[in-house]
Amino acid sequence: MRIAIAALTMLSAAVLPAAAEQLAERLAPCFACHGEKGQSETPEVPSLGAQTAPYTLIQIYLFREKQRVFEPMNEATKGLSDDDLRDVADFIAKLPPPIPPADTADAARLDRGRALVEQYRCNICHRADLIGQENVPRLAAQREDYLVKTLRDYKSRARIGYDASMAEVLQPVGDAEIVDLAYFIARQR
Amino acid sequence: MKPCPSSYHALLLAGIAGLSLYAGPLAAQQPSNSTAPAAQSAPAPLPAPTTNSALKDAPKSEAAAKLAPVAALPIPTAADKLPVAKLHAPKDFKIEVYASGMTNARSLRIGDKGTVFVSSRVADKIYAITDKNGKREAKPLLTGLFRPNGIALHDGTLYIAELSQISKIDDVENHLNDSPKPQVIYSDLPKDEPHGWKFLTVGPDNRLYFNVGAPCNICMPPETHAQLRSIKLDGSDMQVVARGIRQVVGMDFSPVTKQLYFTENQRDWLSEEIPQDKLNRLANPGKDNFGFPYCHQGDIPDQEFGWGHSCDEFTKPVALLGPHSAPLGMRFYTGRMFPSEYRGAIFIARHGSWNKTKKIGGDIVVATLNKDGTVKSVKPFITGFLENNNYLGRPADLEVMKDGSLLISDDYNGAVYRVSYAPQRSSPQISERH
Repeated sequence: MRIAIAALTMLSAAVLPAAAEQLAERLAPCFACHGEKGQSETPEVPSLGAQTAPYTLIQIYLFREKQRVFEPMNEATKGLSDDDLRDVADFIAKLPPPIPPADTADAARLDRGRALVEQYRCNICHRADLIGQENVPRLAAQREDYLVKTLRDYKSRARIGYDASMAEVLQPVGDAEIVDLAYFIARQR
Repeated sequence: MKPCPSSYHALLLAGIAGLSLYAGPLAAQQPSNSTAPAAQSAPAPLPAPTTNSALKDAPKSEAAAKLAPVAALPIPTAADKLPVAKLHAPKDFKIEVYASGMTNARSLRIGDKGTVFVSSRVADKIYAITDKNGKREAKPLLTGLFRPNGIALHDGTLYIAELSQISKIDDVENHLNDSPKPQVIYSDLPKDEPHGWKFLTVGPDNRLYFNVGAPCNICMPPETHAQLRSIKLDGSDMQVVARGIRQVVGMDFSPVTKQLYFTENQRDWLSEEIPQDKLNRLANPGKDNFGFPYCHQGDIPDQEFGWGHSCDEFTKPVALLGPHSAPLGMRFYTGRMFPSEYRGAIFIARHGSWNKTKKIGGDIVVATLNKDGTVKSVKPFITGFLENNNYLGRPADLEVMKDGSLLISDDYNGAVYRVSYAPQRSSPQISERH
């Protein structure tokens, strides 16, 4: 744990060493599930590394307000101040980006996923390399199971977005396509 | 490293169980099937898009890939950080912060006792701003709502249009502190998210008017969509008063002709410069069709849906308001504080573009009218929300106060500004900048 804190602290040490150290300690329970160094090892729990700060801020705001309902996160964000939320989002943005799986990828599935990213224009808004921008999240190298779950949830409306964008773009996307999209996206750097 | 709690999956289940607890009014509005364009007996032209991407017309260029809708800040900007000093108004007008701290402050309404009600689109709240002996306070009146963008006031009753239901609170200004429960009056509405948020107003005929937007950027909408409807104040007697409307987020009745004027946002991804967003006038309620999806800005046939149609089949706009500029709230100026040139004119909040490399909008424009209700001119009134192609704020709605000053909501920063007029006759040095 100490190593983790040291590593996390170093990342933003140049800015606010004391505050960052304190924040890293407070965030330790988060990294128990979300993984150290931005990479989650927990099924269906997202990697956070290099996530855009405006996106993270929106999500933890929605969790705090219970507009996005998932009890562990609603609990984790309960009582956090506006400044806490901003600090957490900024801190997470500075974690290193997740690393895609080292498996030998199935070329046919990658091709299918790549074509779907083009067809559904994920590369508009999320950018050509899927690293996101501003309030549009980074997708590259996200956990595959989390991507599948998220896309299904947006489509079924189990997850309500901050705005209507994902509900709209997922209307025509089939479940087999969701699986291929996730396979491809999880393997992007 | 502490392990992720082994009870994670238990928590997960608890979270799922919790859903039904938290989400009461919200869950009731969420569809089990997102496409759900209610199977009607009337022959729907074509269903909502099912085979193509919502972004199918987006070009493949690098410049286009950088464009994305701009999200409102979830955490409202602190009062002392709001961009009032960067806003420009005509000489002798003053702009000040009226209230802050309201996530995604959208539609504005003012009660008889002076309470200012503020809606939200992405937050689940409606706020009330009260002013007691000079101490102004903004706090949530309602929470747990779903896209409660539309609000209207009539005879002391607050009407609230969420994504797919309309409700009311009687005598609302006497219930500001006792968590009033809205009573649903109308819910025969589609549940689509795209353009599902509503603008709500009360007409001179004592009926509620609201929009049902097209559930897409561009598509052949179901019969139930792309229209303006009206209902009686008790929710009965629904009538479709206009069709062929992509999306409306602002409307107001002329105090002179009693005709309804409304802003309409036109489709994305056609090009940087077309189509222009519109100001429309409803001269023939129940008959007018404004052209969506066949015709844009009154004179450009859609390159897919326009075939076999002419723009002359449709009601023309009374003014064009700039490509992708996103005009939202609009109000006739009914006050007496501003100079005579503004009386009876329409103030329009241009939220600002996202579907354009060089952004436009982020301002308040003023449309002056001819005697016959046509538009004489559209000129900038307040500018400065847009700086170096970035938004410092985004105006969403306006409302005229009793004293004739003008309130403006900024849904990006979660604030409301007040614009007042005080001529400074004797001191030419006084800055025009406010």
